[in-house]
Amino acid sequence: MEQAPPDPERQLQPAPLEPLGSPDAGLGAAVGKEAEGAGEESSGVDTMTHNNFWLKKIEISVSEAEKRTGRNAMNMQETYTAYLIETRSVEHTDGQSVLTDSLWRRYSEFELLRSYLLVYYPHIVVPPLPEKRAEFVWHKLSADNMDPDFVERRRIGLENFLLRIASHPILCRDKIFYLFLTQEGNWKETVNETGFQLKADSRLKALNATFRVKNPDKRFTDLKHYSDELQSVISHLLRVRARVADRLYGVYKVHGNYGRVFSEWSAIEKEMGDGLQSAGHHMDVYASSIDDILEDEEHYADQLKEYLFYAEALRAVCRKHELMQYDLEMAAQDLASKKQQCEELATGTVRTFSLKGMTTKLFGQETPEQREARIKVLEEQINEGEQQLKSKNLEGREFVKNAWADIERFKEQKNRDLKEALISYAVMQISMCKKGIQVWTNAKECFSKM
Amino acid sequence: MEVFSKDASLMDMNSFSPMMPTSPLSMINQIKFEDEPDLKDLFITVDEPESHVTTIETFITYRIITKTSRGEFDSSEFEVRRRYQDFLWLKGKLEEAHPTLIIPPLPEKFIVKGMVERFNDDFIETRRKALHKFLNRIADHPTLTFNEDFKIFLTAQAWELSSHKKQGPGLLSRMGQTVRAVASSMRGVKNRPEEFMEMNNFIELFSQKINLIDKISQRIYKEEREYFDEMKEYGPIHILWSASEEDLVDTLKDVASCIDRCCKATEKRMSGLSEALLPVVHEYVLYSEMLMGVMKRRDQIQAELDSKVEALTYKKADTDLLPEEIGKLEDKVECANNALKADWERWKQNMQNDIKLAFTDMAEENIHYYEQCLATWESFLTSQTNLHLEEASEDKP
Repeated sequence: MEQAPPDPERQLQPAPLEPLGSPDAGLGAAVGKEAEGAGEESSGVDTMTHNNFWLKKIEISVSEAEKRTGRNAMNMQETYTAYLIETRSVEHTDGQSVLTDSLWRRYSEFELLRSYLLVYYPHIVVPPLPEKRAEFVWHKLSADNMDPDFVERRRIGLENFLLRIASHPILCRDKIFYLFLTQEGNWKETVNETGFQLKADSRLKALNATFRVKNPDKRFTDLKHYSDELQSVISHLLRVRARVADRLYGVYKVHGNYGRVFSEWSAIEKEMGDGLQSAGHHMDVYASSIDDILEDEEHYADQLKEYLFYAEALRAVCRKHELMQYDLEMAAQDLASKKQQCEELATGTVRTFSLKGMTTKLFGQETPEQREARIKVLEEQINEGEQQLKSKNLEGREFVKNAWADIERFKEQKNRDLKEALISYAVMQISMCKKGIQVWTNAKECFSKM
Repeated sequence: MEVFSKDASLMDMNSFSPMMPTSPLSMINQIKFEDEPDLKDLFITVDEPESHVTTIETFITYRIITKTSRGEFDSSEFEVRRRYQDFLWLKGKLEEAHPTLIIPPLPEKFIVKGMVERFNDDFIETRRKALHKFLNRIADHPTLTFNEDFKIFLTAQAWELSSHKKQGPGLLSRMGQTVRAVASSMRGVKNRPEEFMEMNNFIELFSQKINLIDKISQRIYKEEREYFDEMKEYGPIHILWSASEEDLVDTLKDVASCIDRCCKATEKRMSGLSEALLPVVHEYVLYSEMLMGVMKRRDQIQAELDSKVEALTYKKADTDLLPEEIGKLEDKVECANNALKADWERWKQNMQNDIKLAFTDMAEENIHYYEQCLATWESFLTSQTNLHLEEASEDKP
């Protein structure tokens, strides 16, 4: 995706939003609040202050999941799962970890955190959440959100999500993220108080809306194309994998039927009886071994799913860039048309259509004073426009610079992770083969003794 | 119509071998001795299925080549063509001549489930193999191998065979036999000796189990086939993916080739199953049906005796000739029972060997399959670690 840097005039700068999570923002207040709430949620150890939070190494884990019932916004009973998030600080000296914070969160709060991050870090490829509902399910797995296996995998996915944020050079410094880990009560209110929903561009929500950008940035076009391909190929792969898993399950389980029949048959056989019986036992072992094998494979599928959802995050960055570009072009267009209007008024030639011009033609010429006044207004608007365009350009350039830095980081991470996932798949296959060899060798021995 | 004369029935036991059977144990030894391949003097192959079209029908014939060193054969090599009907005829003749011997089963007329097409290639091939087995089993049987109809089947030209077929008991007399058989079979069951009760129980249970095993084995084949079909699609997706990933091209392509190799290994496993296990299990399903028929015929022979004894006891019919008839029937029953007992032991021994071999082969196929896949993935892993080491050493100053 190497490309000559696009025309600086068309570069946009991200809106100068200072995320609350910058080390210098509102520290005193944060510490103060923490001191007030100290001792309530933590296990009695000194709560970390935001200041030295990142100086010590921390460990985050989503260690438990619990079914809860409560009342929702409409005062109706609902069942949901809550997840326990534990934060530990690791001492430099002895490597021991100490529990500093522990609180419960539900999936919707994770969603809120992510929505916030998407608005405040538009140039960052924000880590995705694990799926809300089970998809690419093969027949044995249930698509039920309350199914313990699904909950377990989701727990791991949520932990992974938090670890991704914590290891991101920029996102890890965010205050709201810090509070997510440390402030159980009132966290939702705090997030909403940032007013991030207002800042969110509603146009981003319109998934199918296209913005006709006259001079698209080829790097972003390529990236969008890549993210589409990634999403399509991983979906396809996951679908086929699920079907393969289904079939493999069938092969293994049918062998289990041998176990029962061999056992019944052995009752009438004098010489063959023992061999049949023990062979049957090995067939049962073979049949039941598939459950663990496919459980492991499910984790592999989850690793791929994360990148399926990452494709979505990549696309989000591209869209934001597209929007910025669009706004810039609209602003430039608007400015150009105002300049032309001004010129026409000054010189008296009418080339551009304007309502005022038409009415003047129809109902009579305007006075020189009126014209002067209009020119003055336009000149003011042009000045403003030029300032805005300049800052939009700067914004754009900053955005692109930061976005590409993060995209490069993301690319390296993706290559590492996917390679590791593929290798782990091979390891799983090897383990499955070894188990198969053992069971069938045992069975063969029993058969040969018949 | 009575098929047996006193002398003919004795021939069942005396199968032209130098050793005279005196006890069941020696009979078993004798049977094993005769089954050894070194002493085989009759070699039969069934091949080259050919389709024949006439105005009335279409049918398949199979080429049968016989090689022998036996004196009673006019030549040492024969080549004939036979159709399924001819095999049916042969089986019927063998059952007639030896009602209480365990005649090998023929493949079914048509497969009820699944295949409708009689002339489907797989169907023809499966049938050919089964017919080959059928003739060889007869050749290996100490008594059946010397059956006259068997010899004619192997050697006669087409017109000779049809004229020979026209001789022998007609359709009506055979139907009469069947009616009497049904009528007296019930009676036979009541007086069945203990050892035949046991045999019957075994046959019933065996039949149940072997049928289940047949179904299970067919199901496994079907599942493996479907697994194979899905796997075929799985590998290529990785190749597709590699087109958009510069840095993962090699890894993805390697994974794709591993999956493809495992796919081929699956195919091999499937074909091993269909060659080693399925035909054997299915043959024994058919054998179990045969055995039930044999039991019925034994019971029927006994029933004939019992009805005559009853007639004598209750003076139902003309009693002058009865004692002599009863004497003949008693011999007949004794021969039938002895023939069956001896053949039963032989059959059981063969069954154990065949089943053992078939399942051992199946296990071997699976071991081989997993070993192949293991080697594939292990070499992938090694190549990835080697790459990693190479990259690491490149980074070093």
